Amino acid sequence: MAELDQTPVAGNGLLDRRIFLKAGVAGGAALLTAQAGGVEREAWMKMPGAPMSDNGVPSAHEAHVKRLAVSSQPGTTGTGVSRTPLEFLDGLITPSRLHFERHHSGIPDINPDEHRLVIHGMVERPLSFSLEALARYPIKSRIQFLECSGNSGGLIAPEPIQQSCGVLHGLVAASEWGGVPLSVLLDEAGVKPGAKWIIADGADAAMMSRSVPLAKVMDDAIVALYQNGERLRPGNGYPMRLFLPGWEGNACVKWLRTIKVMNQPAMTKDETSKYSDLNEEGIARLFTFPMGVKSIITNPSHGFTMGPAGPYQVSGIAWSGSGRIRRVEVSADGGGSWADAALDEHVLSRCLTRFRSAWRWDGGPAVIMSRATDDAGNVQPTRRAVLEGRANGAFYHYNGIQAWAVSAVGEVTNVYA
Amino acid sequence: MSTRNALWLVCVGAIGTGAALADDSPGLGQELTARELAAVDFTIMPDGDGLPAGAGDAVTGRDIYNQNCLACHGENGTGGVNDVLSGGHGSLAGPKPLKTVGSYWPYATTIFDYLRRAMPFQMPGSLSNDDIYAVTAYLLFVNDIIAEDAEINAESLPLVKMPNRDNFVWGYTPE
Repeated sequence: MAELDQTPVAGNGLLDRRIFLKAGVAGGAALLTAQAGGVEREAWMKMPGAPMSDNGVPSAHEAHVKRLAVSSQPGTTGTGVSRTPLEFLDGLITPSRLHFERHHSGIPDINPDEHRLVIHGMVERPLSFSLEALARYPIKSRIQFLECSGNSGGLIAPEPIQQSCGVLHGLVAASEWGGVPLSVLLDEAGVKPGAKWIIADGADAAMMSRSVPLAKVMDDAIVALYQNGERLRPGNGYPMRLFLPGWEGNACVKWLRTIKVMNQPAMTKDETSKYSDLNEEGIARLFTFPMGVKSIITNPSHGFTMGPAGPYQVSGIAWSGSGRIRRVEVSADGGGSWADAALDEHVLSRCLTRFRSAWRWDGGPAVIMSRATDDAGNVQPTRRAVLEGRANGAFYHYNGIQAWAVSAVGEVTNVYA
Repeated sequence: MSTRNALWLVCVGAIGTGAALADDSPGLGQELTARELAAVDFTIMPDGDGLPAGAGDAVTGRDIYNQNCLACHGENGTGGVNDVLSGGHGSLAGPKPLKTVGSYWPYATTIFDYLRRAMPFQMPGSLSNDDIYAVTAYLLFVNDIIAEDAEINAESLPLVKMPNRDNFVWGYTPE
């Protein structure tokens, strides 16, 4: 550790990201030495441990790591959201049990033997597929993020909402999605000339319905059957869902029941009255599918309390609906200066990318923030830039830079900067 | 153009001659009868394609609304524990936009489509097509878009021009 250059490379104590490449080897040896020759046994080492089990669960000591702000509209139990607890997680894959939910009329209890996916409309041969049949097709894997377009919508509030990172930004998650390319099924049905859109319906009680451009579908859409190696969880569309890499979650219709191929969109309730973006002149944009380039520092974030002044790792996630994350910069002086963060090894297209910065906190007030750039050159905008020209209350597709304030006593809060 | 798209165009080109299966498809789809298809086809297009037979007006719609919808959406659609369905006209460009069926929704066909799919919330699928046409008519009437005795059916509904129709643009450019 002695050789590391701890000269700050940006204001207020941000250190060179290469510190993550150099550290590690020398540090471990000291720990081993200290424990060598020990004869003490902790309580859990004095008897055999718990038995095998047929279903894994997290440590009882991690029971607080749960979905956050689980809420439903009045008079309902399953029309609302639950959020991914981002502040407790590291890495890029979200555990399936913690993947956020957004349902419009609860989670249907679907019998997989009776469920069918029907493809019809402008096709030569309308076709029906059982789950058993779909599982026999070549499965394509996509390790990618899924984000509700309403994620981070609370950041439009005039004053910063004092809630945790997961409560504010937890309508995003990343998984390995495995499924059948929808193009393969559409080819089998035979798409007729002139077709331009598909209308996807879910088998929930609200029959959620969205129109999706055929070009996107043929490019990279899958009918997902697997999430992180197991069959989809019911809250994520069991037994099958549409997955559209990089596009807003609402269009990735869960419990997929029908695909109707058409020459125009159906103008469903969700794609017109809900997931559309109103500007201050009263003009609304329809079909704003891709999620913008975005990053959030998850650790430390709102609700954390810093320890003593000294070195800290600042870590977070970055993603873009347009491709790979090329760069994440971190500031510890409220955007006055920036230093490149280190990116974890796995930088995948349209996936969460983990970034880390080394920061020597001097024990004084600070404002930390991150700014992502994707490989298409899109740079994460400021909050002010995102809100420019929007109608009051227009909260979809918010991807502004998030700032956290660290107080002189080390308390971390949400702040606009 | 991606490789995937290029491949697709080749496949589409082949459809006219009959053989279209991609090399990696086991071809396990089951063909459907027209009757089976009709049972799952709920899609209603803005031009009225998909609208079923039936009719209703706001007079009958009011009773059906009061029994099935009022508890959540308030008298005359003025809102309750759930969405406001009427009013808000002219508010979208102001400081407090109020998005309702009348002030915001671009297509009248969407009202029928959504009611048939999802409403009433606790018992979707419980209303007849006549009932749904009637509630659709009622929501158009309380938003001053049609007269109280105007009949709404598969022919008349697509002809209703919603007040906010022309204030939408597309964020997606078709290829």
